[in-house]
Amino acid sequence: MSIPSRHFDALIIGAGGAGLNAALQLASADVRVAVVSKVFPTRSHTVAAQGGVNAALANVLPDNWHWHMFDTVKGSDYLGDQDAIEFMCREAIPTVYELEHAGVPFSRLDNGKIYQRAFGGQSQDFGGDQAARTCAAADRTGHAILHTLYQQNIRARTHFFDEFFALDLVRDKDGIISGALVLEIETGEPLLIEAKATLLATGGCGQVFRTTSNAHINTGDGCAMALRAGIPLMDMEFYQFHPTGIAGKGMLITEGVRGEGGFLVNKDGERFMERYAPRAKDLASRDVVARSIVTEVKEGRGAGENGDYILLKLDHLGAEVIDKRLPGIRESSRIFAGADPIREPIPVFPTAHYAMGGIPTDRFGRVVVPVGSGSEQVVAGLYAAGECACASVHGANRLGGNSLLDILVFGRLAGKDIIDFVRENPYQRSVDPASLDEAMGRLTRWDQKGSGVPAHQLRAEFRKCMEDHAGVFRTEEIMTEGYQRLCELREQFKDARLTDHSKVFNTARIEALELQNLIDVGLSIAVSALHRKESRGAHSRPDYPNRDDVHWMKHSLYYREADRMDYKPVRTKPLTVESFPPKERVY
Amino acid sequence: MRDPMGDPGPVTDEELRRLRWQCRRGMLELDHLLSGFLDRGYRELDAPGRTEFLALLDNQDQELSDWFMSRSIPEDPVVRDLVRHIVAVVTPRRT
Repeated sequence: MSIPSRHFDALIIGAGGAGLNAALQLASADVRVAVVSKVFPTRSHTVAAQGGVNAALANVLPDNWHWHMFDTVKGSDYLGDQDAIEFMCREAIPTVYELEHAGVPFSRLDNGKIYQRAFGGQSQDFGGDQAARTCAAADRTGHAILHTLYQQNIRARTHFFDEFFALDLVRDKDGIISGALVLEIETGEPLLIEAKATLLATGGCGQVFRTTSNAHINTGDGCAMALRAGIPLMDMEFYQFHPTGIAGKGMLITEGVRGEGGFLVNKDGERFMERYAPRAKDLASRDVVARSIVTEVKEGRGAGENGDYILLKLDHLGAEVIDKRLPGIRESSRIFAGADPIREPIPVFPTAHYAMGGIPTDRFGRVVVPVGSGSEQVVAGLYAAGECACASVHGANRLGGNSLLDILVFGRLAGKDIIDFVRENPYQRSVDPASLDEAMGRLTRWDQKGSGVPAHQLRAEFRKCMEDHAGVFRTEEIMTEGYQRLCELREQFKDARLTDHSKVFNTARIEALELQNLIDVGLSIAVSALHRKESRGAHSRPDYPNRDDVHWMKHSLYYREADRMDYKPVRTKPLTVESFPPKERVY
Repeated sequence: MRDPMGDPGPVTDEELRRLRWQCRRGMLELDHLLSGFLDRGYRELDAPGRTEFLALLDNQDQELSDWFMSRSIPEDPVVRDLVRHIVAVVTPRRT
């Protein structure tokens, strides 16, 4: 069949903060850029980011980028690449000013400078007093940034393909990435977008887990496309879980609730955290609280009809305190759990929140893959930025305020690098028909009729299995059992069928295409976690409770083919300053 | 021809599929509320109600979130009632 095609200098897949910041650089430089987004751009998940952006502006307290770098390296549990971290912390400052000039309405101090708030993990003078480093636009920073970038892109005449779903990357005869095959959701018709450079900026993959704070759109599409193109995913075992999400739904219940005096109880009303963390109790670190909750449920002390959650009690605080200090939490609990915390506890369970790993890139957003022993090379014309990418600035754990920073810095720098790339590579490459057929096959397989496993049923089972076997509780036994089951589900997927074969807005077909992405990305998390035999940052293994720098201070690389693992060293040498050697992390 | 103010007739599959995609938002909270209402409450709306729901979906995520979470109240009383109705339909009943 003949597939219509469009040509651009650059194609960006994803319209969150990373994609839009890259697009703005390109469009402002008169590069012809297309942005493909499966939802309307201002409905991207960046809109949900409330916290803010870290940058050492020193507007409130003394600060500099080197202290920011120290905190980020330490927060990464020494798995972050120190050259990339130095680069990000330096670039944070011009990036925030550029956003300010673009019109982001940052909150202000009385002297007119950008207000900065203090967050956990921020220090002055390399681990000293608390720093105040986070720039915010009230409690809606993501929204403000996303809307500003979108408006600026409209002004700069970026070409948007709204409600188009990216099926797969396509290559030329030499194997060079030369665009993507996309699907117009409204019509169900494919479209080939050919480009000299392609940027993956598709955001997170929280939907691989049953309970997640991520929106439904976060299905790891870019990571899965990279995997299918033979590119490994890096450090995927490092996934941040928040201990208290609303059970069965995933919305975050902030730590502030426990900070105000709320506490966790099991079905017997026991304050079980006293057993797991006798001193810190309910204020123990996130991973300890999350694992304790899962242990209680696993051992039969979970509450509810199915015994699958724990209760967060606040009623003893009284209505006045709850209404004054935690009004949002009361509303969330009432709406999503049907429980008014003034009278009854909130049902909670750990919720998947943020992926530290992703498509491996250098600090210019260029995708890199290993070649031979020890070295790596740039994948010509392919870029990644934002949560789907791994420039290795978060390592094994991410600091608050560094996720918006990551998407903005590396989106911006990827855009700038693409400008140079398309000028140096001015000719469009021809897409290999075999590559296009392969991408089309991903779509046409859903036209098959007949009996098979319903895709939505497989999706639910896969996500539950990921939660049970690759979530917060990771032992060899649990993960090995889970891996076998995930492989079975992956096999069953080959026989999955749809009953709705219509074309116009066939959302069941989009969800089935997303399911393939969830399976590919889910396996990368499960396999990487099974292989890493240590506890570091967000990857916590009771059977290997300590960090093991001798054997495991290295990055994981997962390949889709045969679920193969490879590793590469951590880049401990910064660009201009001395290295921060690994130390035990104490806060 | 259908009465625009009365019974809007049965919801077509295509209408539902189109709306389902519009209910995909940047915030999980909105996904739950809007998709949940589409499944459990939309069919019961009369013709103006359905038009109003479609118009509601055109609002920005942050604004919708503020309305649903009671951080602000829509100026238009029709929108206010619809927001309240959606929350009432989607909020789980505990026994």
